[in-house]
Amino acid sequence: MFHPNAPFLYGIVAIVIAFVVAQSVVFLIKAWKRGKAIGMKTETLKKVVASSAVFTVAPAVAILLGVLALSKALGFPLPWLRLSVIGALTYETTAAATAANTLGADLSHLITDPQVFSTIAWVMTVGIIPGLILVPLFSRKIENGVMKIKEKDQKWGNIFMDSLFLGMISAFLGMIFATIRDGLTGWIPVFVMLISALLMLICGLLMKLTKAKWIEDYALPICMLGSMALSIPLTDFINGLVQ
Amino acid sequence: MTAQDYRNSVHRMGRIWSFACLIMLFAVPTAICIMYDAWPNFGDFLKGALGVIPIFWTVGTIEVITFVPMLGTAGSYLGFVTGNLTNLKVPCALNAMEMSGAKAGTEEGEVVSTVAIAVSSITTTLIIAVGVLLLAQIQPFLESPVMQPAFDNILPSLFGALAVVYVSKNWKIALAPLIFMVVLFIAVPSLASSVGVLVPVGALLAIGVARILYKKNVL
Repeated sequence: MFHPNAPFLYGIVAIVIAFVVAQSVVFLIKAWKRGKAIGMKTETLKKVVASSAVFTVAPAVAILLGVLALSKALGFPLPWLRLSVIGALTYETTAAATAANTLGADLSHLITDPQVFSTIAWVMTVGIIPGLILVPLFSRKIENGVMKIKEKDQKWGNIFMDSLFLGMISAFLGMIFATIRDGLTGWIPVFVMLISALLMLICGLLMKLTKAKWIEDYALPICMLGSMALSIPLTDFINGLVQ
Repeated sequence: MTAQDYRNSVHRMGRIWSFACLIMLFAVPTAICIMYDAWPNFGDFLKGALGVIPIFWTVGTIEVITFVPMLGTAGSYLGFVTGNLTNLKVPCALNAMEMSGAKAGTEEGEVVSTVAIAVSSITTTLIIAVGVLLLAQIQPFLESPVMQPAFDNILPSLFGALAVVYVSKNWKIALAPLIFMVVLFIAVPSLASSVGVLVPVGALLAIGVARILYKKNVL
């Protein structure tokens, strides 16, 4: 008898997740050894571990919320797999909803028909192939291209990399303005972004004044959690103004 | 071991893990079909697949071109297997490189980005596992309307702080793509759902502007 939360599904999903965790551990050890071999300090590497773990908490809780949302239709195992491995919070719901739509189903209640469930699982799997195939095929070529740029002109190489980051950041900053035509409530993401930016400026100032290195290590998670927390009273305040 | 030897060994290892991961991912729906004798109707599968492939495969390809130079060899292999790149792994790697003073595209940058992505991936898996196990206790908190704004605003909270770090150092390069993106999203808000496609547009614009400024000796 099929059920989206069947122990069998938990079992196969656990195997894949364990496999990916193993890959993370193997790559972590390899990078760590390489870091030591090229003269990086253990202290620096330890700080990278600590600040990355702390930074991950808030986005990971958001991903957990994505698992919860999808679990109402697909149970826990499949969303757990799709959001822990390759999948992205932003795309998985769309993939599941598109597949469900074509079958005349929707994601508002638990899917108990195994055929509908397996079709959704297949569509979600097919959607995420490119990264897994293209990285092994083309990453060496892309790297060689970047190295050539750097070899030719080191300064321009660094500017080129910074420009790539800025391109990505500007696309996401622009997106934050997508809702401002909805009125004052549509400005909330913009205000939250400004609060986060302000918190980062304060962190920078404190760092200069106190010379405390730990602030730099944890500035991003501090600003992120701080502005997420402040978005709660801000939203209340703006909703109060609008009503 | 030279830098080239290290990179070669990472490519070898990365290819093996990626291939194995691909097989395992396909094994999951296959196992479901066999276990429950529930193979999808090919027409239904095709309709669903055609609904997601155009956008997913385009974004996936763009992500590979944009993120591989940022994350380095090992970081890319791991990042593309563990997923959640734009909302987690890329900012995490950027933050780690910035904090440790390692530059992307160097060996130190490569090591730092790989360590950051590996730790981030292990932490995410742990948090989701604990979250699912303790669901009864934490669900009311996570899904309470009071908490909703915090999770709705996770991207503004992340990119506001990141912008201060990167834009302040390179504001001359950042100005044009920033203005372009803000105007574009205000004019066409529906583009928000396909922001991934616009990342390379922003990157190309930034690189173009940077090139002009560099040639004019303004940078």
